[in-house]
Amino acid sequence: MSNRRHILNADAFDQLFDALRDAGYTTVGPTLHDGAIVYDALTCAADLPVGWIDVQEAGRYAVQDTGSGRYFDYTVGPHTWKRFLRPPREPLFEAIRSGAGVAFHAAAAPEETYALMGVRACDLAALGVLDAVLTGQTYVDTRYATRRSRAFVVAVQCARAGNTCFCVSMNTGPRASAGFDLALTELKDAGRHVFVVEVGSPRGATIAAALGLRDSTEEDWAAARAVSAATAANMGRQLDTTGLVSLLQQEAENPLWNDIAQRCLACANCTMVCPTCFCTTVEIDSDLEQTRASHTQVSDSCFHASFTQMHGGPPVRDTTSARYRQWLTHKLSTWHDQFGHSGCVGCGRCVTWCPVGIDLTAEAARLRASHEERA
Amino acid sequence: MTTRLKLAVWKFASCDGCQLQILDCEDELLVLAEVVDIAYFKEATRHEDPGPYDLSLVEGSITTAHDAERIRQVRAQSRILVTIGACATSGGIQALKNFDDVAVYKSIVYATPAYVSSLATSTPIADHVTVDYAIPGCPIDKTMLLRFLSALLAGRKPDIPTHTACVACKHSGVACLMVRGIPCMGPVTRAGCDALCPKFARGCFGCFGPSETANVDALIAQWREMGVDEATIMRAFHTFQAWAPPFRQVGDVVKSQTSPSRGASQGQGRQGHD
Ligand code: SF4
Ligand code: SF4
Ligand code: SF4
Ligand code: SF4
Ligand code: SF4
Repeated sequence: MSNRRHILNADAFDQLFDALRDAGYTTVGPTLHDGAIVYDALTCAADLPVGWIDVQEAGRYAVQDTGSGRYFDYTVGPHTWKRFLRPPREPLFEAIRSGAGVAFHAAAAPEETYALMGVRACDLAALGVLDAVLTGQTYVDTRYATRRSRAFVVAVQCARAGNTCFCVSMNTGPRASAGFDLALTELKDAGRHVFVVEVGSPRGATIAAALGLRDSTEEDWAAARAVSAATAANMGRQLDTTGLVSLLQQEAENPLWNDIAQRCLACANCTMVCPTCFCTTVEIDSDLEQTRASHTQVSDSCFHASFTQMHGGPPVRDTTSARYRQWLTHKLSTWHDQFGHSGCVGCGRCVTWCPVGIDLTAEAARLRASHEERA
Repeated sequence: MTTRLKLAVWKFASCDGCQLQILDCEDELLVLAEVVDIAYFKEATRHEDPGPYDLSLVEGSITTAHDAERIRQVRAQSRILVTIGACATSGGIQALKNFDDVAVYKSIVYATPAYVSSLATSTPIADHVTVDYAIPGCPIDKTMLLRFLSALLAGRKPDIPTHTACVACKHSGVACLMVRGIPCMGPVTRAGCDALCPKFARGCFGCFGPSETANVDALIAQWREMGVDEATIMRAFHTFQAWAPPFRQVGDVVKSQTSPSRGASQGQGRQGHD
């Protein structure tokens, strides 16, 4: 494609929302709700948290109104796009007794067609990770696959890194270069407020054609790149991934796991807020008359005792120490063995949203230091 | 089904709130009365059929010598015995007396303390007889109860969650209150209420009791860091589930810190709970 970069004036931003609606999409994205920036349905640009930023630290989160008038100066919050593409509860099937037999009815196929507004580079990478897990293996999560293939992705190139962000370490951001339909870089200075719009797919080109776009100049593109360079230079966290895959497996018996378990609540928040955690269990319900039974897929966590409960005996991972080790090593190490890449994209959510502020980057660094001390 | 499951509902020291949850199953109540034989349920009907019973739901804790004997009789007549609610499962709010000298309270509260004949403690049913299943909550959640009964009727292992309240909280999309500076007991509390309080921006009160891994020390350490004072910390653990380990150990700290002066006068005795 020859001219894939354009300029959209911020005061015409609603055109994008209108074009998406006209194309049949339900737009979902960041909005301010009860003191946090969450993902919910959006109808126009004013539904975005205009001028707001988030202030994040391990175990701490707050929002602030800066009055900047900028649309996307916060980073990622408590929600992930899983909320829409793979909701925490998914109906699987119903079995209905009829006479002497039982009739099985698969749950109706999902109908939602989402436009995801404001997907950051880390989260775009997370969608790639989920694609590999849920659609790239023998068993495909068809409900996810259906919603995902329909979803229109509007990426936003981060202009600000949060204190718990470490996409640079994970090589996932802050600039998204592929995997989106459209990508926006917000530029605002005294003279102008515009978006540099990158077109990433034919579907994106169709929507772009419905907007009043101008061609971008080399200077615009340079300014957009500079935004990402500045963000990259301001990562809140770092994670040294050199040799981490084997290092963590060698440290399976390190006493540090017990030290972490002293602080860890095994509350499962880290797994629930992680954009790539995919584990589920199945909940069975039946009615009192025993005429109907249903199976529901429910998002689960390796922090639960039931997660490794076998017939008879205690759970295989019987301690918080073993469960935290599973979480951290799965994300940073065994995910590579299983899927050929990292299970962590560096979004920092697990760090921010751990109620006691346990920081995966700090714990990995401590394990590395302990490993190197003995080497 | 040839024979209907014969159900009995028993009350011990309790507020009746859990039995009310059964009656509150409005849409399902008629069906329930069809699929089980309600043989004994005083809150609902004067009618009573003699035992034995297939299923006994037991509400309330043991606070008198008479009840300590009565629960043995209930057990002897019941094939499956299930405790419903915090009182039956962990002693209830009345187990606060376990931390203190009841004689002092009796002398303050009652004109004629001699009329009151009760044990020094409020103890869970499982301290007295074998319990087959425990349904937590203050009060229990009617959906959990119906799911339990449906599973039992279908011959399926009932699934009563033991993980934390945080899970339902995350499923519902609440941005964690703890992380936003509001103390919450969710990370040490069992699921079951569907994160009712966090959904209304109130920290979890711990009605469903300790979760499977309740790391009370770690939560308290974090609350202190958030600036929560000792009295508030102690009071939080000193409610409906005060006698359930490990919340009970937090209660011991309360006792050691406040006991010498407590109960000395009515005013002082009440201060800690106002
Ligand atoms: S981790 Fe990177 S891509 Fe993700 S929000 Fe932070 S800066 Fe943006
Ligand atoms: S690391 Fe934090 S969020 Fe994860 S289970 Fe432990 S306490 Fe909960
Ligand atoms: S492990 Fe933590 S930082 Fe990595 S992707 Fe998951 S939530 Fe984000
Ligand atoms: S970290 Fe735990 S919950 Fe997340 S994908 Fe791995 S095993 Fe599943
Ligand atoms: S608000 Fe409470 S229940 Fe919800 S995740 Fe946070 S600590 Fe857990």
